Amino acid sequence: MLVHLRRAVVASVIFFVLLGLAYPFLITGIGQAFFSHQASGDLVAAPRGYLGSSLIGQHWNGPRWFQGRPDTDNPSATGSQNYGPKSKLLLDFARAQVRRLEKEGIKPTNELVTGSGSGVDPDISPHSAYVQVAAVAKANHLSVSAVRRLVTSHVVGPYWSFLGSPYVNVLRLNQSLAHLESATKAP
Amino acid sequence: MNFFLTILLLVACLALTWRFLGSYMAAVYEGRVSFLGWLERPTYRLLGVDPQREQSWQRYAGALIVYSGVAILLLYGMFRLQGSLPGNPAHLGAVAPALSWNTAVSFVTNTNWQNYSGESTMSYLSQMGALAVQNFVSASVGIAVAIALVRGLVRRESSTIGNFWVDLVRGIYYVLLPISIVFAVIFVAEGAIQTLAGPVSVHDALNGVHQVIPRGPFASQEVIKQLGTNGGGSYNANGAMPFENPTGLTNFISVFLILTIPISLTYTFGKMVGNVRQGVALLAAMTILFGVWLGVATYAESQGNPAVAAAGVKHQPGGNMEGKESRFGYSQSTLYNIVSTQTSTGSVDSANDSYTPIGGMMLLSGMMLGEVTPGGVGSGLYTILVFAIIAVFLGGLMVGRTPEYLGKKIQSREVKLAALAALVMPITVIVLTAIASALPAGRAGALNAGPHGFTEILYAFTSQGNNNGSAFAGLNGNTAFYNISGAIAMLLGRFAIIVPVLALAGVLAGKQVVAASAGTFRTDTPLFTGLVIGVIIIIGALTFFPAVSLGPIVEQLIHGRFF
Repeated sequence: MLVHLRRAVVASVIFFVLLGLAYPFLITGIGQAFFSHQASGDLVAAPRGYLGSSLIGQHWNGPRWFQGRPDTDNPSATGSQNYGPKSKLLLDFARAQVRRLEKEGIKPTNELVTGSGSGVDPDISPHSAYVQVAAVAKANHLSVSAVRRLVTSHVVGPYWSFLGSPYVNVLRLNQSLAHLESATKAP
Repeated sequence: MNFFLTILLLVACLALTWRFLGSYMAAVYEGRVSFLGWLERPTYRLLGVDPQREQSWQRYAGALIVYSGVAILLLYGMFRLQGSLPGNPAHLGAVAPALSWNTAVSFVTNTNWQNYSGESTMSYLSQMGALAVQNFVSASVGIAVAIALVRGLVRRESSTIGNFWVDLVRGIYYVLLPISIVFAVIFVAEGAIQTLAGPVSVHDALNGVHQVIPRGPFASQEVIKQLGTNGGGSYNANGAMPFENPTGLTNFISVFLILTIPISLTYTFGKMVGNVRQGVALLAAMTILFGVWLGVATYAESQGNPAVAAAGVKHQPGGNMEGKESRFGYSQSTLYNIVSTQTSTGSVDSANDSYTPIGGMMLLSGMMLGEVTPGGVGSGLYTILVFAIIAVFLGGLMVGRTPEYLGKKIQSREVKLAALAALVMPITVIVLTAIASALPAGRAGALNAGPHGFTEILYAFTSQGNNNGSAFAGLNGNTAFYNISGAIAMLLGRFAIIVPVLALAGVLAGKQVVAASAGTFRTDTPLFTGLVIGVIIIIGALTFFPAVSLGPIVEQLIHGRFF
């Protein structure tokens, strides 16, 4: 019993040093040395500081901008809203999204009326981006075809053409939209 | 089509590791590889262990229990003192006592049930030094128990079943750590976060959004969380969080890592008992059940979400997307969660609570089978070996002779131990669910009303009793009632099965081997696979069907009503 106890304490110390410190420090060292951008959170640089992380969703008010999933987008409290499939809460939530989108002249799609798994989903399906093209083009006084081309150029994946689903990153898309606007408005 | 190709690639990858990781693990636990001796020998010296000296099953179990107890106390202390310890850039305070207790038990028992949100509760030191360390250790303990049971089947008239400390150390050094290092680098390259720099503030001038984004050394933890079938997320959103699981590739690798050791252990088993077909018979039982569960759940999710349809979006080509991530889509999200629930992992890349009633039922009932399809690292193999012994016993009753498994006579003591190991989980789950449903403190936790609320409670105890750790997360488990009752379920689900399994190993090791004769019931045939499936289904379905019918089945059958 006592010999078990002594070994248990020693083993805890060894594994703390090896697995709890050395292993994560090694991966942090390799990650920061070779993949510093990814390892630090895929931050998108702005003139001052950061615009955001391309992996963390933000709230966009339509129709001037493309909108993402109707999430809380709070990276300090991630997670789904956990509404059951036959829950009144979900029914009311989805109805509210449908009303909001229809008011903006956008046809509601699956992702645009449902909460994501992370609560910070940065992406939408290409279909959910295309349905917003007309409204976004009108609000920004841009041609529909130019905005549509912009969306097409931002469609990513699936990985190796079959792992996961194709998607559009909303932050990157809106960043390009801002560039397109300033380019069009320039003399 | 994408889903089909994904499954094809998964099967190909798993077939390779089944053969090669399987035989490698047999070599590791038979002491035939030693390239890490430079790390291993000093470890034994510090521990004061003679690696050649083996233990009886009682000493093996004693070391395991004492070590787990020390680990629970150590984690509890680290959580309680978190505010005064280093490695805490976000300045998080001490974790509350009941929650610390639940979390310490949860990670030591390989459950990783989480009544907290990682990003707002756990410091870097707690994540790296407490939680991730246990992700390695509890996984290695699970494999060690499975290997000890296999040794019991192989050995003749032996009084020992191996050395706990040697099995523990070798599992970590030779299997878990090298694989984790390789895949952690891939995860970082794909975008998973790995930094010690603390949270970052961002300001988006385009939409006026301010965010404070918690960061941490989490890619390293993510990989061992999957490989060791632990499942505890660094963030509350777990594998749905892009910082943990950024792309379709990492989602696929996660699924592969979860399955690779439990699947490969069937080869290790076959190799150690000298007949790979014995392992194939068990693998076939696992695969058939897994395939049925995956098929039904994926079909159910493809049908879309009833509440979303009622809100006016009738056409849901992307399936049920409530609680799912855009970059994964419904089918690969369902694959991830089905894999995770049937391996006692419990990580999720989409919200279990928001699956369709039938999809959610498959997640729930996959655990109720006892976590054997293919089950957790080690725990899957030792639990299905228990079912195999019960199957042999039933087979023996049918033909009217003393049953044997791998040449070992299965007599009254072995059957009693196997039955005990098989019944602990259902009794724990059903009794605790009944208590929680009867008490106001238990009912207060459910977020969703109606049958779904009951499912949340049933799911919580099924998950903890099976050391899975996934949740119908609408349930608020961070109450004194759920923290304490859940910890009891996790302790019973782990140690009240491990001890009879080790006893079984000890008893079997002491027996002679009887030569196979014409009358021997063969255990490497499709017939035996069918019998094992039958035993798993009968134990899972008969005990849980009444409870399941009050939850997801009622929910599915009531049309047009919302709760």
